[in-house]
Amino acid sequence: MTRYLLALATAFVFGAASPVWAADPIKIGAILSATGPASFLGEPERNTLHMLQDQINEQGGLLGRPLEVIIYDDETEVNKAVSAANRLLSRDRVVAAIGATTSGNTLAIMPRFSSAQIPLVSMAAAERIVKPLNPWVFKTPQSDRHAVIKILEHAKSEAFSNIAILTVSDGFGQAGREVLQELLPAYGMNMVADEIYGPRDTDMTPQLTKIRGLNPDAIIVWGTNPGPAVIARNRVQLGMQTPMYMSHGVASKRFIELAGEAAEGLILPAGRLAVADQLPEDHPQKALLLEYIQAYEARFNAEVSTFGGYAYDAMMLIAEAINRAGEATPQAIRDNLEQISGFIGTGGIFEMSAEDHNGLDERAFVMVRITGGDWELLVE
Amino acid sequence: MDLGTFLQFLAAGLTVGSTYGLAALGFTIIFNTTGIINFAQGEFVMLGGLLAVVFMHWLDPGLPAAVILAVLATTLVGLVMERLTIRPVQHTSVINLIIVTIGVSITIRGLMMLLWGKDTYVLPAFSGTTPIPLLGATIAPQSLWILGITLLVLAAMRYFFSRTIFGRAMLACSFEPKAARLMGISVERMVMASFMLSAFVGAVGGAILTPLTMTSYDVGVLLGLKGFAACILGGLGNPFGAAAGGLLLGVLEAFGAGLISSAYKDAIAFVVILAILLWRPSGLFGAPDTERV
Repeated sequence: MTRYLLALATAFVFGAASPVWAADPIKIGAILSATGPASFLGEPERNTLHMLQDQINEQGGLLGRPLEVIIYDDETEVNKAVSAANRLLSRDRVVAAIGATTSGNTLAIMPRFSSAQIPLVSMAAAERIVKPLNPWVFKTPQSDRHAVIKILEHAKSEAFSNIAILTVSDGFGQAGREVLQELLPAYGMNMVADEIYGPRDTDMTPQLTKIRGLNPDAIIVWGTNPGPAVIARNRVQLGMQTPMYMSHGVASKRFIELAGEAAEGLILPAGRLAVADQLPEDHPQKALLLEYIQAYEARFNAEVSTFGGYAYDAMMLIAEAINRAGEATPQAIRDNLEQISGFIGTGGIFEMSAEDHNGLDERAFVMVRITGGDWELLVE
Repeated sequence: MDLGTFLQFLAAGLTVGSTYGLAALGFTIIFNTTGIINFAQGEFVMLGGLLAVVFMHWLDPGLPAAVILAVLATTLVGLVMERLTIRPVQHTSVINLIIVTIGVSITIRGLMMLLWGKDTYVLPAFSGTTPIPLLGATIAPQSLWILGITLLVLAAMRYFFSRTIFGRAMLACSFEPKAARLMGISVERMVMASFMLSAFVGAVGGAILTPLTMTSYDVGVLLGLKGFAACILGGLGNPFGAAAGGLLLGVLEAFGAGLISSAYKDAIAFVVILAILLWRPSGLFGAPDTERV
């Protein structure tokens, strides 16, 4: 009797688990920072990947096979990212991977994927991920260089020539600072101040006071929350009128909430996700962006962010490569990723090539101004 | 440097230094009655600010009520911490107790993260954000609140420790627990009171600073560290030396960031502290013969 019941239970469990799919799943790995300091990036990324896995499987999967996304949380720690990479490669045997969330973690796991010859699509911004080119590594976010170009073009149109920069002393700020130092002279501008603040600093009035004394035409602030919000507040507190640019690192509603009225009038480059509803009707990204926003907000009851978009683009690029290849082998995915062009993502229109594994340029950004507590698209 | 710039640095330094000072005061209150360095002190500062945000969100009782509720709730956390984690193991060595406080600090931080998330939050300013011009500098109204309330808390503590029986009993426990016990003072009660008091001053610091600097579940780490540094600077055994050390540390940081380089802001503070330790191991205001751990 017991044996009979057991057999019945087994049959039920196995029967329930695999009635729909006859084929093996396609395994895609993901390493992201769902917890730890970079969780504000990793959480929307994880949500997006869960959502896409369900959406793709509801629509019949990839090549008639189910998609299985295996997600590991690296807790924003390099060591955990590396051990997650090892697990994906040796135990889970994924055919492609997405990650990591932060530039530092991506740089740490990259060599493992390229020596295992498994394609990796990063969601981190640093230019060094794809320059110099690694045949197995791609990335979806726009590079800092593109954001700097956008800011400097705007500054040039306003005839600003003396610029002060205030950057955060973490990886994001250092990368931005290097590009600013390089491009400011190229645009014929003087860098009159080069100030730095710590990621957890709570008062930047000393730096701003120093900058005020140098009387620049504009200030460029490079950082992610909450630092720039503190700086925006300190600027008002010091009664400063100097125009202030922020980086794309604060292009989320959270920044406006934190900075409050002090955010008014700040100008920054942002992906089109932030201003999707203000885009002209015929913009190729508009429909996709509105659809993503609607699906994400309905499912997670949380505001969508650009960072989730990076995961969206990574997953969809891999899916596109698999569909193009007609097979899900690492080599085929890599070769086809490289050939994707005119692919509409949340971050921009990707034009991948053998020389460019990011596929975006400064057109992926738009300039926005914070007006009345919301984004206002500045006409390009 | 013109007067306006000088005043601007000074105001910035005193504002942030006030919180370092209140955190430092909390360290010394517990150190004096128990000999413990309470590494959960930074968490008290965090709770003061973050609980005010939580109460504003849940109950919306108005800003002053939310701040008072947050300070009272944190004081209660201090009491619970002492009863649940310190008293049961009070006869163990000081170093074990210090490790217990590290555990409590991690627990509180983790709980707030789970309950309230990892985002950064802000409180409205107590009386608007229109800056007040002063001799070429501009001062945020909140800075005046911070300085005023800090001075008020310091004055109240001074009165409490020197004029009230209860405060003097606490001091007696710190000097000689055995003798205090023989005199009929309940050392347990004094230790509990010291945890509540230090939670109270830490929370006040956190709540008044949040409108200016924002808060999140993990701000306590850095604030606790700076508070501890302020203690070393001012003298570990001396509450008012520690508070003065906090103000001094804040001012040093502000001038360091403004005049030398903001890249070395944190380093400047710690270099000064190292120098103090070499030159005057008991701190600027500590008695030279203080025994240290």
